[in-house]
This record gives sequence, C-alpha cells and structure tokens, in this order.
Amino acid sequence: MVANFGGKSAIVGIGATEFSKNSGRSELQLACEAVVAALKDCGLKPDDVDGMVSFTMDSTDEIEIARTVGLGELNFYACTPHGGGAATGLLHQAAMAVSTGAAEAVVCYRSLNGRSGQRYSDGVSGDLITSDLIHWGWHMPYGLLTPASWVAMFTQRYNHLTGCGKDNMFEVARQTRDMAVNNPAAFFYEKPLDREQYDKAKTIVAPLDLFDCCQESDGAAACIVTTPERAKDLKQEGALILGVGQAAGVDQEVMTSFYRDELAAIPSMDIAAQQVYAQTGLCADDIDAGVIYDAFTSIVFWQLESWGFCKPGEAKDFVMNDNLSLKGRLPCNTHGGQLSEAYIHGMNGVNEGVRLVRGTSTNQPEKDVNNVLVTSGVGVPTGGMILGKMK
Amino acid sequence: MMNPEEKKAFEKQIHAYIGKEFGPALVGQDDVNQAMVRQWCEVMGDANPAYTDTEWAATSSRGGTIAPPSMLHIWVMQGYPMAFIKPDDPPVDRQRELHQIFDKYGYKGVVATNCTTEFFTEAKPGDSIQSHSTFDTISDEKATGIGTGYFIETVTNFTNQDGEKLGRMVFRVLKFIPTAQPAAAEESSGGAMSKDPTRLAPALGHDNKWWWDAVNNDDKVLIQRCKSCETLRHPPRPMCHKCQSLEWDSIESTMDGTVNSFCVICYPEIPGYSYPLVGAVIELAEGTRLVSNVVDVDPDDMVIGMKVKGTVEQVDEVTKLPQFRPVKS
Repeated sequence: MVANFGGKSAIVGIGATEFSKNSGRSELQLACEAVVAALKDCGLKPDDVDGMVSFTMDSTDEIEIARTVGLGELNFYACTPHGGGAATGLLHQAAMAVSTGAAEAVVCYRSLNGRSGQRYSDGVSGDLITSDLIHWGWHMPYGLLTPASWVAMFTQRYNHLTGCGKDNMFEVARQTRDMAVNNPAAFFYEKPLDREQYDKAKTIVAPLDLFDCCQESDGAAACIVTTPERAKDLKQEGALILGVGQAAGVDQEVMTSFYRDELAAIPSMDIAAQQVYAQTGLCADDIDAGVIYDAFTSIVFWQLESWGFCKPGEAKDFVMNDNLSLKGRLPCNTHGGQLSEAYIHGMNGVNEGVRLVRGTSTNQPEKDVNNVLVTSGVGVPTGGMILGKMK
Repeated sequence: MMNPEEKKAFEKQIHAYIGKEFGPALVGQDDVNQAMVRQWCEVMGDANPAYTDTEWAATSSRGGTIAPPSMLHIWVMQGYPMAFIKPDDPPVDRQRELHQIFDKYGYKGVVATNCTTEFFTEAKPGDSIQSHSTFDTISDEKATGIGTGYFIETVTNFTNQDGEKLGRMVFRVLKFIPTAQPAAAEESSGGAMSKDPTRLAPALGHDNKWWWDAVNNDDKVLIQRCKSCETLRHPPRPMCHKCQSLEWDSIESTMDGTVNSFCVICYPEIPGYSYPLVGAVIELAEGTRLVSNVVDVDPDDMVIGMKVKGTVEQVDEVTKLPQFRPVKS
C-alpha cells in the first residue's frame, strides 16, 4: 500500500536562531525565537497555528512554546523518537495531519543547547537516557558510550567490505566544508578544510577522526506546514512535501543494530527510500539536490546507496569526482551540513531543503532544482522526504 | 550570564586589545649581575661554569661569564611589591586593565597554559635588559575542564642597552569562569575514601538480570534459547522473534568467536576506562553476537575476521565483564 498524502501539504515558512557554541539562553527561548521567525517568514499569525510536532528528545514541551509565543488552540501534537532519526519524521506527522484535515498549520521544531547544555559527547551516562537503559547496558560497560563509538563499528565493517577509506571520507568532509565556506550562518564560514588539517586532527574513535564527526552546536530551527491552497496566499513560495516516510528496519536498535545480518548497510534507510519513491513516483535520477544527514562522514555513503545514487558498495567512488559539489551529480548539504554548518538534529537541513526549492540557498546550484531529497539521522529508526516546487 | 548583545559588546571590548602594547617598555631594576646569577644557579642546581666561574669563563670562547638564557624574563620582573597589588587597584598596565575587564564579567580565574621562548643573543654582566610586551591574540570563547574562558597570547621582546635582540617569549594564559568544584569528599560523614572510578554498570531489569547474574556469580556467558523453536537470541528479550514464544532457557557459550567489526575508542576519555580501548562485535561460534572488548592486543593489529577467545574477568574493583583475546594461530 502506498501512502496517499504526497503533494497534499507544503512547508511555507522557515526560521532559526543563530547557531553557536553557547547560546546564553534557555532552549524554550530558542524554540520560541525559531517558531516566531518561521511564522514571520510565511506571514501566518501565531494563532493560525493549530498543530505542533517535535522530537521526544526535545526538552521543551509544545504547550510551553504555545503559551509563551501566544499560539492558539492546538488540535494536533506529536513527538517523534530516536534523536536525529526524527527530523523528517516531524514533517511526516505534519504532512499527515494537514492532508487529513487534522490540523491546518503545523509548527515543526527542535531546540537544543547541544554544546553549552547536555552534550552528546558526554556519553549515555547520567540524565540523557531514561527509558532504554537496559539496551545501553549491553554496550556501556565496554566503553561504547558515544555516537562516534557506535558509528565507528559500522564504518569499520563497511570500509572492510567495500575498500572505502580516509581518501573517500575526506571527500565528504571537504565538499561539505566547501559549502559552509559560503554560508555566513555556518560555524565554519570562510574556513575551508584541507587534507593536512583533516589528517592531523585527533582520532575520536578509529576509524573516525575529528573532522569525520559533526559539531556540537547550540541553536534551534523550525518550519511551518500547511495546505497547498493556503500556501498560495502566503508570502513565500511553498516547498511541496511530495513524499515523506519513516522507517525502522528488522532487528533495529537505537544506534547499536550490531545484531543484524550485515552491519555495512542501513536497511531502515532503504525502506524509507522505497516508500518515498513509491509515494512520489520519482527515482534517484529525478533528484536535483540533497540534504543528506551527516552526523558523520561515513553515514553519507550508506544513504547515497539507499537512495540509489549508486550501487551498494560504490558510494566511495561516487563521492570522488566532486559529485557532492555544486556542479556535481548531487549538490549535497549546501548549507555545510551538520559537519560544517551546525548540528541541529537535521532540522537546519530541512530548512536548507526549502531554500533549495525556493532558489535561495547561499550555495544555490545553477541548474533548476525541482526535487530535493532530505534525510533523517541513521543508525536509529529514520526517514526521508522529497520536497518540490508548488504546482 | 551575559545576553548575546552584552556578549558581543564584551568581546568587542577585549578584542580591541589585540596588537596593543602593555605600556612603556620595562627596564630591569638591576643590570645583569653575578650575584643574582649565582643565586639563580644555586636554586636551579645549574653548575655550568660558563655562568658562575669567572676564571674558567675568562678562558672560554665568550671571554667572560654570561647569564643563563632562561633568566631573561627575570631581569625585568617588578619584584616583591607586585604581591601587594589588590584586585581593584588602578591597573599598572594594559595587561592588568584587560584582566580587570575579564574579572568584571566573572572570568576571575587565570592560569598560565603555555610559554615558548626563543633566544637570539646572550646577556652578560653589566647589560641593562628591557622588555616590550604586546597582546598577540585573544581566542574565541572555549570550554575547558576548569571552566569557560578566553586564551590570551602575549609576545614579549627582550633587548639590551644597545637595542640588540636577546630573545622573544610567547606567553599564553586562560582567563576563565571557574567551574564549581564538586562538593568535598564525605570526610565529615565518616571519612569514606573516594574510590577509583569504575566502568558504568548496566541497569538491571526483568529481561536481563539473569544474564548479568551468570556473569557475576558463575563467570559464565549465557545465550538465551527459545524453548519452543530453539532459536538463540542476544541481547535477551522476553519473546522469541521467530515464533513469539515466551518460554525460554539458555545455553552456555564456548566463547569462541570471530571479530565481525571493531572500533578503537580514543576520545573523550571517560573515568573508569583506559584508552585506547578496543570495542568489538564478536560473532560467537553459536551464531549470536556479543559486544565486548578485545584486550592484550595492539589496536593496529586488529582486523575483521580475527579469531578470539573470551573469558569472564574482573576488569575493575566492582565490574566483571566478558573480555576477548586474540587466538594465537
């Protein structure tokens, strides 16, 4: 069965705070700032909003934002679990709500003081994990405490089977950084990355070195989803949600699916791709640009394979010919990604997807951009989305 | 805490110091002299006759004693009265002025982090030493183990009475907001000594406690088995994913294994673990997988496919864990 809500909702407004290492204010405040910026961007009023969606990992409840910002009555609210795996999951919720009439205008948001507050590099001890402690207990005593340690395990296996290595991983880091160099909002604005810097950086968890890992950032990003009809009356050109899906694979764990048949792939993203391509009738050839979740360089390879830009095991070659750059086959993470713009759990990427459709990215490709792929974090249950121009 | 505008204004204020001099050049209160050199060498335990043995030095290539190069910054030090300057006293120079700005915003801590000195020419008795100091760089705000702050790097050039360059010193300090120290150990409540940190322990519940009990009490690694279809599964779960049976027992693993994948954990270092630490997914001979460590191995020698053998071991004061070692072929 194919979901029937493709093309029946659109992202009409986007907003964000600045991205920093120390926001100096509460996550509630950051969230409210981003929501208000998104409302201003599209011209909707706070009391036009009747739905709100976020991450289960967000510390700020939607009702706190609603009463702080002065939003109206809410008909719909939901949270999506699994960290960055939720990014397009929010849009999935919003698109379903809007296309069914459950809500008319839904705010999707994520706000975190990921550097000055709770840092993921602090590991999974302490307050970060509450509900699935037993699962983490299979890994914590052995020192597998950080996202880098979990992803390194998959990376090692993938590299072993495909011949992928530092040359290929550097290409992902470099091409993403080159985008950030032109993006004033990016942490690495005007700071290119060369091979020597990349090689000299410290090892975090081999085979992942410092610049294979995303940043820890403070900031918030939000966007607004409404019906295509309503979108036509608003200030900005909408970005139609052509298709969006969530996906957890067989034998899926949160970050530690070490017990599946093969570690060197992400079946959950394969499922997301199949769903979204079926929903939209599109295929890899139709995708003009990508915002591919890049918490680590290596996870980009697996997603390129899942979405059919190359065959399994061949992403290492795909990235070598500047194919992720503006003139390449798939201009990718044109905001600088989470490696080089900021780590806002993929919601800054959703906003960049909208900019690419609008034609307003600071790294806008010269070609027509009709269909933009946006993906969620991997290793966790995940998802993906294709955005397109309003019809 | 500063809001973003205040922070911006603060940073503008401190960054304005970059490139500025501390003030007029400092001139040594005493010329280079044999008495101070002798005291320095005594304290430092430096018996080099080039510094203190005038007779020997007269026959050396220098034709006389020289001052130890590492004394260079000593000659221009301001002496004992510096110890009586109070935090709110009018600043004696721009360095003190800058530090007072930091103090005002809560960056009250200061710690010297690096010092690099280059030496060009030797100083000799009778020389008058001068120093010129400038602010070279002030970093962005950095979070460190002792608190959040800014690194201030200064450059000092030393010259003699003829304007000859003697040396150049780069000195870096961190001005920071000290992190609150953890409460003092429970000495008052019975004198319990703090123990070495240990590995993080798994939380125990219905579905996993039996497995950890076997490790802790019997030194055994068990594998859960469905009583109905005999499918093995790990990590333990209450229901069989093949036949949905809730009935299960277990078998003991032989701990013969093969490395399916691994990683070498280096950073950040969490108390209770030693690094680099090899984490590995072990494919057990029984067919299930177990995440563990491979020990007694050079991380560079790790390869996927390596044969390993495991045992249950005491890895710290309170923790028992399965650990694996390479099998010598």
